[in-house]
Amino acid sequence: MLKDITLGQYFPGNSVIHRMDPRFKIICTVLFIVMLFAGNSLWTLVIGAVFVVMAQLLSRIPLKMSWKSLKPILPILVFTAVLNLLFIADDNILWQWKFIKITMGGVHTSVFMIVRIVLLITGSSLLTYTTSPILLTDAIESLMNPLKKIKFPVHEMAMMMSIALRFIPTLIEETDKIMSAQKARGASLDSGKMMERIRALIPILIPLFVSAFRRAEELATAMECRCYRGGEGRTRLRQLRAAPRDYIAFVICMLFTAASVTVNILFK
Amino acid sequence: MALLQTEGLTYTYSAGTPFEKTAVDHVTLTIEENTMCGVIGHTGSGKSTLMQHFNGLLKPTEGKVLLDGQNIWADKARMRDVRFQVGLVFQYPEYQLFEETVYKDIAFGPRNMGLSDDEIKHRVLASADALGLSRDMLKRSPFALSGGQKRRAAIAGVIAMRPRLLILDEPCAGLDPKGRALMLRQIRDYQRNSKSTVLLVSHSMEDVAEFTEKLLVMSKSKLFCFDDTPKVFRRAEELSALGLRVPQIASVMGELRKRGIDLPQDLYTVEAARDALLGLLRKEAV
Repeated sequence: MLKDITLGQYFPGNSVIHRMDPRFKIICTVLFIVMLFAGNSLWTLVIGAVFVVMAQLLSRIPLKMSWKSLKPILPILVFTAVLNLLFIADDNILWQWKFIKITMGGVHTSVFMIVRIVLLITGSSLLTYTTSPILLTDAIESLMNPLKKIKFPVHEMAMMMSIALRFIPTLIEETDKIMSAQKARGASLDSGKMMERIRALIPILIPLFVSAFRRAEELATAMECRCYRGGEGRTRLRQLRAAPRDYIAFVICMLFTAASVTVNILFK
Repeated sequence: MALLQTEGLTYTYSAGTPFEKTAVDHVTLTIEENTMCGVIGHTGSGKSTLMQHFNGLLKPTEGKVLLDGQNIWADKARMRDVRFQVGLVFQYPEYQLFEETVYKDIAFGPRNMGLSDDEIKHRVLASADALGLSRDMLKRSPFALSGGQKRRAAIAGVIAMRPRLLILDEPCAGLDPKGRALMLRQIRDYQRNSKSTVLLVSHSMEDVAEFTEKLLVMSKSKLFCFDDTPKVFRRAEELSALGLRVPQIASVMGELRKRGIDLPQDLYTVEAARDALLGLLRKEAV
């Protein structure tokens, strides 16, 4: 069933991380990425790992969820590992067979890359797990505010994002309904050759587009009826306010990042 | 003869998650051929979910659906055939129109059945006639029709498959009173002419009272009863305990009977009530 598709992976909760200001969460995530990529020593990974474990425990997101976000990138992980294993050559050869050489350097790099990617994904998916899509858009809007100076339509972009997010479930439901209705008229959607399958999509796509346009028009009218005229002078229902815990979190992130950078300079 | 049966049909949404909900709970019933049935129940009572089992759009979590005594899930290759025999018209079916002309849209179902062009044409014209769509309309784009006409075109598209069981999920939702009455009359005439079975899901007690012979009542995911319409309305108190009501005119007649006016039972359409009251007045005048 289409309903099983989850877009946006918000996992509701009430942990410290959930309650953090989403703007700070985004900034901390950026810092975390800097932390991970600051250097190539083992220490980088240790610092990153400590950070991820700490955040994971604080957010109370079950490990099962993190595994779910890792699953789709497994092929990429395997692919990078194999490439690194085969193509990084140094003198310390561990195993050789014809032209295939596996070296200590290769093993080192591939393990390093795997751990780094796993940390990157688990760490940054905590952002989307603990922040509802709407708050996330609000935060992005707020963070992009300086761009208004160069006439970038920040509010409009954010509004478009919220509307798109809001209508994803609606459109999925609608698609489900149209599919059922056409199946009831004998449309076969999951059999036949490539061309037949593509053609079978027409009875679903046309009504879907028609209804999407209809909804867009209705929404535009409704917004106009309530005198919507863009971001200028608009107040908000959800005010983003930074609390002490946000600054503390920010400082902790800064410390970790600084540690990662210094460790890499010192132990080069 | 039994057309469609269910045995202990149960359906659970999102089984195994915190959102688990049993929408249909052990429903066992038998639908006969050549009858006009009404289906009533509150929003969320499981009517629509039950209906989607009849043509195999949903697979029961437990229990069976039998068409002509055969489990429809026994052979997956037969599923399309089941869908041609059990036609399902969803709520607001006008949103499923997609072809360039109304004719082509009505022909979509019959074409999927692999019928000959002559047969398709014959069926399209017949079902357009049944719903009062003019020949001229058939050439137009379905998107150029009015709301009511679109609805008729969509229903005609299912009728053109000549299903032995036609399920209509609130075919009158959003129509004006005149359009409602016409639609219901057309559906009844279609049922009589085709000698098929029609299941009419409705929220209007007045409509089911006037147009159906049998009534299927769903309540809280369970089958409350499936019986002849007059017999169901005799259980007025039980119905109101479920939060459903009998037709207004039936309540009025019930009140009059309580006050000692000699009226027969089973007056639940305005016509029958009028005739009975006029009869009484005439008797008193004599």
